[in-house]
Amino acid sequence: MASSATAQPGFTNSGIRKLSHRLRGGDEIAWLITLLFAASVLIVTALLIAELWYGSTAARDKFGFGFLTSKLWNPVTDEFGAAPFLYGTVVTSVVALLISVPVGLGAAIFLSELATGKWSDAITFVVELLAAVPSVIFGMLAVFTLIPMMREWIGPALKSVLGFLPIFQGPVYGVGYLTASLVLSVMTFPYIISVSREALMSVPREQREAALALGATKWESTWQIVVPFARLGIMGSIFLAFARALGETMAVTMVIGNDPSIHTSLFASGHSIAAVIASSFAEASGPIYPSALILLALVLFFLTLIINGVARLLILFTSEKGART
Amino acid sequence: MTARNLYRKGLNNLMLTLTGVCALLTVSVLFAILGYLIYNGGKSLDLNFFTKLPLSPGERGGGMANAIVGSAEIVGLAAIFGIPVGFFTGVYLAEWGGRTFSFLVRYMCDLLNGVPSIVIGIFVWVMVVRPMKTYSAVAGGIALSLMLIPIVAKSTEQFLSDVPSALREGALALGATKWRAIATVVVPAARKGIMTGMILGIARIAGESAPLLFTSLNNQFWASGLKEPTASLPLMIYFRALSPYHDWHRQAWAAGLVLLSMVLIANIAARLILSRGGSPNRG
Repeated sequence: MASSATAQPGFTNSGIRKLSHRLRGGDEIAWLITLLFAASVLIVTALLIAELWYGSTAARDKFGFGFLTSKLWNPVTDEFGAAPFLYGTVVTSVVALLISVPVGLGAAIFLSELATGKWSDAITFVVELLAAVPSVIFGMLAVFTLIPMMREWIGPALKSVLGFLPIFQGPVYGVGYLTASLVLSVMTFPYIISVSREALMSVPREQREAALALGATKWESTWQIVVPFARLGIMGSIFLAFARALGETMAVTMVIGNDPSIHTSLFASGHSIAAVIASSFAEASGPIYPSALILLALVLFFLTLIINGVARLLILFTSEKGART
Repeated sequence: MTARNLYRKGLNNLMLTLTGVCALLTVSVLFAILGYLIYNGGKSLDLNFFTKLPLSPGERGGGMANAIVGSAEIVGLAAIFGIPVGFFTGVYLAEWGGRTFSFLVRYMCDLLNGVPSIVIGIFVWVMVVRPMKTYSAVAGGIALSLMLIPIVAKSTEQFLSDVPSALREGALALGATKWRAIATVVVPAARKGIMTGMILGIARIAGESAPLLFTSLNNQFWASGLKEPTASLPLMIYFRALSPYHDWHRQAWAAGLVLLSMVLIANIAARLILSRGGSPNRG
């Protein structure tokens, strides 16, 4: 701002040179400032990985890779194994996706193929608001409504119809894997719907028209032509939702039952990586216990890193394909 | 042949109807959440909620004044730490970015954005809480700012790159230096989008509870400074909802209603700003 005021007197040769020098200096300073901030993002992320790595040294030295497969979790005897938590995290997320993928994909098809522009945008906005709801609110609603519902009628109904399957046996407490999965499925709707809808909408018009011209019904053109065309983007949305579900903490902690063991029944109480960190980190003491929890955080970090990476690659591929056609 | 066509037509109608049902289902979930929260929260919300401190379980009444102020403090600190970093990172990526380094920064932003919030909580506990030997609002603010940075950086970069390069070139042709062109032409042209990104980011972190569990913790009373354990609305909801006391459940509902209203209002406001702005061009 000051430089325009100083621009007037500099008509002499040396003045101009001085001025241009100073202005070039300004550019360099601005460049340097933004560069430093950008670099700080790199540093923080690197620090995050390093701190998790060093913080978990004690547990890594003691348990090695056996940590991932050991089912034992006993803070009193300093025995720690991640298997029950890995199991709970993966099972709740996968079951959640089994519910949210069909429903989300259906909704995405409706929004991209059937609803007119204005309606589609409005409904998508409402769905995306769902992603803005804080997870602790999902957790609270689940505690007060879903847990009693699960105990009173969802659980008994599933048992009477599908009770011959081992996953639907045993007592229904209300809390447990299935309750957590239901909450997660609702929380992953927005990711599946908005990304899949984008992918479906980027399918060229000609694809649909060609199918319709050959006599396909609207559904046949959608299911056999449009959806396969957009499959990479849809897969991307599923992986994105998977990563979100794996890392979800509060809502799961509140409904999963916090039992560090593995159960076949989805009605049983379980635990997840994020939930065990949230519920026991504050009281963890001794040399090994906190370090084991930090190691769990590291495992969770790499798990979501891989799944997120796959999601990004898939979404990148579709946007490039869309640009080409 | 007709039977086959009948089947195809039937399947067509059935499946298309089902997709509509799916859309209706997901939308109705949001309205069910909203309706139930307004119903239960509305019953429990009163003036005391905003002005009084929490009481111990036996007593009726009380409020969450300290949690409201605490949340504002923590989120405010997060904005002070996070917005400059995110903004300047976005400016760097959009205006200067080299190839390899920018790719790295962008990748790290995505990575940071995907890190589960509980892992960020652990990280800040190791980095800040353990050396300071106390839970504090500052630690909570740092944890939330780590979630804010990638959101702001990404939206800033996005909206800056949407500014037509003719505007940049015009400013440069008039003799402005690069930083002046950015500061007085490019950034103002994209200001609506950038502001929206910041509002959405702040709304997102305001509802976060997992990163605060081991950073700002909780407090039944007023925190006497930024280096004290500090109450926050999301964590209050967590502790209250899991408590066995009916009166505390009522408080949780009220807090949920207040929190969700703030988050939704911010989201809707951001959307309105953007839609009124239309293109990122000035005017």
